[in-house]
Amino acid sequence: MFRSTPIIRWRKYQERYNLMGAKCEKCGKLHYPQPALCTCGSSKFIAHKFKGEGTLLSFTDIGSGPEAYAEHAPYCLGIIQLSEGPKITSQLSDCKLEDLKIGMQMIATFRKFYSSGEKGAIYYGTKFTPKW
Amino acid sequence: MKIGVIGTGLTKFGEIWDKSLRDLLAEAQLKSLEEAGISPKDIEMIFTGNMCAGALSGQLHIGAMAAENLRLNVPSTRVEGACASGALAIRAGIAAIESGAAKIVQVNGVEKMTDVSTEQVTTALMGAGDEEVEGFQGATFPALYALMARAYMQEFGLTREELAAVPVKSHKHGSMNPIAQYQKELSIDDVINASMVSDPLTLMDCSPITDGASSIILATESIAKKLNNDAVWVVGSGQASDTLALSNRDSLSEIKATRFAAEHAFKQAGITARDVHLAEVHDCFSIAELLAIEGLGLAKKGEAGKHAAAGHHYFDSKMPINTCGGLKSCGHPIGATGVKQAVEIVHQLQNRAGKRQVKKAEVGVAQNVGGTGATVVVNVFKR
Repeated sequence: MFRSTPIIRWRKYQERYNLMGAKCEKCGKLHYPQPALCTCGSSKFIAHKFKGEGTLLSFTDIGSGPEAYAEHAPYCLGIIQLSEGPKITSQLSDCKLEDLKIGMQMIATFRKFYSSGEKGAIYYGTKFTPKW
Repeated sequence: MKIGVIGTGLTKFGEIWDKSLRDLLAEAQLKSLEEAGISPKDIEMIFTGNMCAGALSGQLHIGAMAAENLRLNVPSTRVEGACASGALAIRAGIAAIESGAAKIVQVNGVEKMTDVSTEQVTTALMGAGDEEVEGFQGATFPALYALMARAYMQEFGLTREELAAVPVKSHKHGSMNPIAQYQKELSIDDVINASMVSDPLTLMDCSPITDGASSIILATESIAKKLNNDAVWVVGSGQASDTLALSNRDSLSEIKATRFAAEHAFKQAGITARDVHLAEVHDCFSIAELLAIEGLGLAKKGEAGKHAAAGHHYFDSKMPINTCGGLKSCGHPIGATGVKQAVEIVHQLQNRAGKRQVKKAEVGVAQNVGGTGATVVVNVFKR
């Protein structure tokens, strides 16, 4: 992934820390993250916090990651369909590839992502873990 | 639409340590000019596909570089659409000719990738995904395609052996292509037992990191007829877009933009999928080839893997796919790939593809994908 100063991550704190997405004011459709336009064409949204539960649609593992994640590999990655509808790409935490199965229930967990060197900022966000 | 391809040029694909970004681009540019039998002064406009030179070589402004290589002051533009940059450059060339802005255009693609570490390349390539949705989560391109492969296997019952038939066929074709990066044949076991990259995809499901450049010369119908009595014609071109992030799409087991781009290109060319004799498709990962074949309508959804395992995609079989060796065996210098696909189709239609020549080929299609399917270009070529 792209390495940067903290501000590129700071502006997405609500989205990443609290799974904050958006609900279309016009048709009620839920989105994560908030898009510019809803599929109905409206651009008016109200903030919507997702519960952080969903179903695993697909998963894999990464043995050789991008530079920022080099020391974290191997780690698992999946796509989860949130119980409210939208899909989310997420690292899968506290599990091994062998533990995972399409269709299993997952829950959100707050985790460290990576740090910019020894003295740089530490980045956090939401990962998903199997609901054992 | 009828635009002539009057010249082609390719460098060797591979780890070309003794040549720089500029050296590679210049070599392909001069080759296409030589083949067309024209001088640099005849070129009225240049478009060059490139994705990563900014990140990997510290070089942007590739448009000016391409013009300087030919000692020209004509308009010259770098075109970027991730791994679809090459075919997008072709579309820019087509638009220039169709609009009357130019009569002869040079279209190039170039990428120099082996000067840096694999981690740096992985990071640069992730720019083709959605940085905020996928990049931050530590996603990589092999991982995103692995997510598609697993979803597809679950939905359609594709087996690991059927999927492995794709790179096995690619390497067979690559073994007959002198410019291919890997000219060695593989077995199904070689693919399945190779080191795991992102489960279920092994190293042999993944296209490699490659240096290379490609070039074609496009011209109006009347000029092409005057200059070249063996011109191949671009008769249809389509392009479509989708969400940057895979997770924002309805389905993980199709690339919808291929269908949209193909519908447009086939309609413009006045053909259907049944008229296609061969296709070059974007097999950045084995699963992508199956998705491409289905998106183009060359197989029903969920059936491309069966066709691959039955051997239908070899150069001498029912539906030749990736006769150059594809991205897997020929190599995948990102920006150069889309133009190289066009070169392979042109060579096949002109009966000059050597040992891997497809018999009686008259209609060929090239499908080039950016990211996990956020940009797709389909071009149709006819003899």
